[in-house]
Amino acid sequence: MTQNIEKFDVIVVGAGPAGNAAAYTLAKAGKKVLQLERGEYPGSKNVQGAILYADALEKIIPDFRDSAPLERTVIEQRMWVMEDESYVGTTFRSDRFNQMPGNRYTIIRARFDKWFSEQVQKAGALVICEMTVIALLRDAAGKVIGVEVDREDGKIYADTVILADGVNSLVASRAGLREDIKPAAVALAVKETIFLPKETVEARFNLKGSEGVVIEMLGSISQGMAGTAFLYTNKDSISLGIGCMLSDMKAQNTTPAELLEKLKQHPSVAPLIAGGETREYAAHLIPEGGYHALPELYGEGWLLVGDSAGFVNAVHREGSNLAMTSGRLAAETLLELGEKGLPSTAANLARYKARLEDSIVLKDLKKYRNIPDTLHSQRQFLSDYPALLNGAAHEFFTVDGQDKATKEKAIFNAFRERRSLLGLLGDAYRLWRATR
Amino acid sequence: MMKVEEKLFQNRYRVDADRPHIRIKNESVCNDGCVSRACVVCCPAGCWSFEEGKIGLITDGCLECGTCRVVCDTHGNVDWNYPRAGFGILFKFG
Ligand SMILES: Cc1cc2nc3c(=O)[nH]c(=O)nc-3n(C[C@H](O)[C@H](O)[C@H](O)COP(=O)(O)OP(=O)(O)OC[C@H]3O[C@@H](n4cnc5c(N)ncnc54)[C@H](O)[C@@H]3O)c2cc1C
Ligand code: SF4
Ligand code: SF4
Repeated sequence: MTQNIEKFDVIVVGAGPAGNAAAYTLAKAGKKVLQLERGEYPGSKNVQGAILYADALEKIIPDFRDSAPLERTVIEQRMWVMEDESYVGTTFRSDRFNQMPGNRYTIIRARFDKWFSEQVQKAGALVICEMTVIALLRDAAGKVIGVEVDREDGKIYADTVILADGVNSLVASRAGLREDIKPAAVALAVKETIFLPKETVEARFNLKGSEGVVIEMLGSISQGMAGTAFLYTNKDSISLGIGCMLSDMKAQNTTPAELLEKLKQHPSVAPLIAGGETREYAAHLIPEGGYHALPELYGEGWLLVGDSAGFVNAVHREGSNLAMTSGRLAAETLLELGEKGLPSTAANLARYKARLEDSIVLKDLKKYRNIPDTLHSQRQFLSDYPALLNGAAHEFFTVDGQDKATKEKAIFNAFRERRSLLGLLGDAYRLWRATR
Repeated sequence: MMKVEEKLFQNRYRVDADRPHIRIKNESVCNDGCVSRACVVCCPAGCWSFEEGKIGLITDGCLECGTCRVVCDTHGNVDWNYPRAGFGILFKFG
C-alpha cells in the first residue's frame, strides 16, 4: 500500500458524509477508489447536532432507511427566541411526518458514519482508517497527482484527489489551494450527549414510537454573540449544544463550556434534561462564512467537497446534506469525464461547479449570501429583538387589570424606544434583503 | 455548574504521551505580545491557561476542533496539527 506500486482512479481524503458520498458513488460505478481517514474508525472525529435530511442521502442510497442507524423521525420543530427567564416560540408538529418516507431524522454521527462507511466498502472502495494525509503530490506542472500519508514511503497516486477533510482542511490550506479559515467565517459549537431512559424522553416531549422533536434556540443564551443553540431528541438521549461565531467569542470572556452550562441551566431547558447523564462532551467548528467566503472549488486534479469547501447553510443548519450532495456531484463529474475520456484538468472539472450551481448547494448559499454580513453588522437581531419579543409577551400575557389597548401601546413603545421606527423598518428590509 | 474537567472525563481518548500535537511557536509572543489571549477563552476543552504571566498548553483533553489556531490570527503563533493517526479524541457519539 505504502509502496507506490498502485495507482487509483480517485483518492478521497476523509470519511465524513462528503467523502462517503463521493467514494460510494464512484465505487458503485466501478472506479478504483481509495479513501483515507485519520480516525480509528469513520466518525470517531466527527460531530454534528445531528439532523439528517433524507433527500440528500436518498439520492445516493435510496433504501438507506432499511439499514441506517436512525434515532428518531422529526415530527415536531420548535423555534425559541430566548430571554434569561423565558422564551417566545413557535411549534410546528405534524402527523404527516409520521407517514413514510420520513423527511428528517435525528442521528448519532459516530454510528451513522460507521454505517455509511460500511456501504462504501460494500460498494467496492478501499477504505483505510488511522491514516492521515499530510500533503498533496504534484507533478512538474503543478497538477495534483496523489497524496502523501503519515507513513514511511507514504506516497500514493491517483488521477484525481477529492478533498473531503472537513472544516479545518489542513491539506487544502497547506497546499495553497485555499486560505485558512477566518474567525468571522466560522462558528465553534459545543455539545453534550445526555442520556435519559427512552420512556422519559418520550414523556417529556409527548412522543411515541420513533417520533422526535427538535428545538432551535436563539437570543440571550448566546450573550450577544452571533449564535444559536439546539436540543434534539434521540432514542434514549438528548443532544444539547450551542455555537457562536469565533470572531465574537474572541471578544468576550465566557468560555464555550460555561456557555453550554448556562444553557443547561436555563429554566426552559433544565427540566427537559433533568436527571440525565452526560456521557460525552464534544466540540467542532462549522464553516458559516457562506457564499462570499467560498474558496476555489476545483483545480488541476483536485476538488473540494463538503465542509472543506465551506458548504454550510447556517440559517437552516444544513451542512451534512450539502456535504453529501457536493460529494455525489463531484463523483458524477468524474464519472462524466471518464465516459468522455477527458482528464481531470481544471477546465474539465469546471463541470463540477456548474453542477453545484444547478443544485441546492450553490442555489441556497447564493440565496442567503448576505446573511453572515447582516448578522455581523446588525446586532439588534441577536440582542434587542429577543428581549423585546419576550418583554412584549410578558406584557401581553400578564393579566393585571390593564386594558389590552394600553398593553399594545406599551409594547409598541418598548420597540420604538430601543429601535426607532425607521430602524424597525430598516431591520425588516435588511432581513428580507439578506434572504433574497 | 459542571466543570470542563468533569465534561472531558466522560470522553474517550487515546493519548499520545509526550507527543503533543499542538505547539506554541514562540511563548514570549503569548506572554508579552498578545493582548486578547483568545485561545484561553475560546478553547472548549480548557487546554490553554494563562497564570502568573505565563501561557500554558496541555493537549491531553483536546477535542481537535482547530479553534486555537483560528483565533490566533493576529499572531499566527499556534503550530497546529492533528494527533498521529489513531490517537487523540475518539467520539462515541459525536
Ligand atoms: C454541533 C454541530 C451541529 C450540526 N448540526 C447539523 C445538522 O443538524 N444537520 C446538518 O445537516 N449539518 C449539521 N452540521 C454540519 C455538518 O456536521 C457538517 O456540515 C458535515 O459533517 C460536513 O461533512 P464533511 O464530510 O464535509 O466533513 P466531516 O464530517 O468533518 O468529515 C471530515 C473527515 O475527514 C477526516 N480527515 C480530516 N483531515 C484528514 C486528513 N488529513 N487525512 C485523513 N482524514 C482526514 C476527518 O477525520 C473526518 O472524518 C452541524 C455541525 C456541528 C459542528
Ligand atoms: S492567541 Fe495566540 S499569541 Fe495569543 S496567547 Fe493564544 S496562542 Fe499565544
Ligand atoms: S484544537 Fe480545540 S480543543 Fe484542542 S487545544 Fe485547540 S481549541 Fe482547544
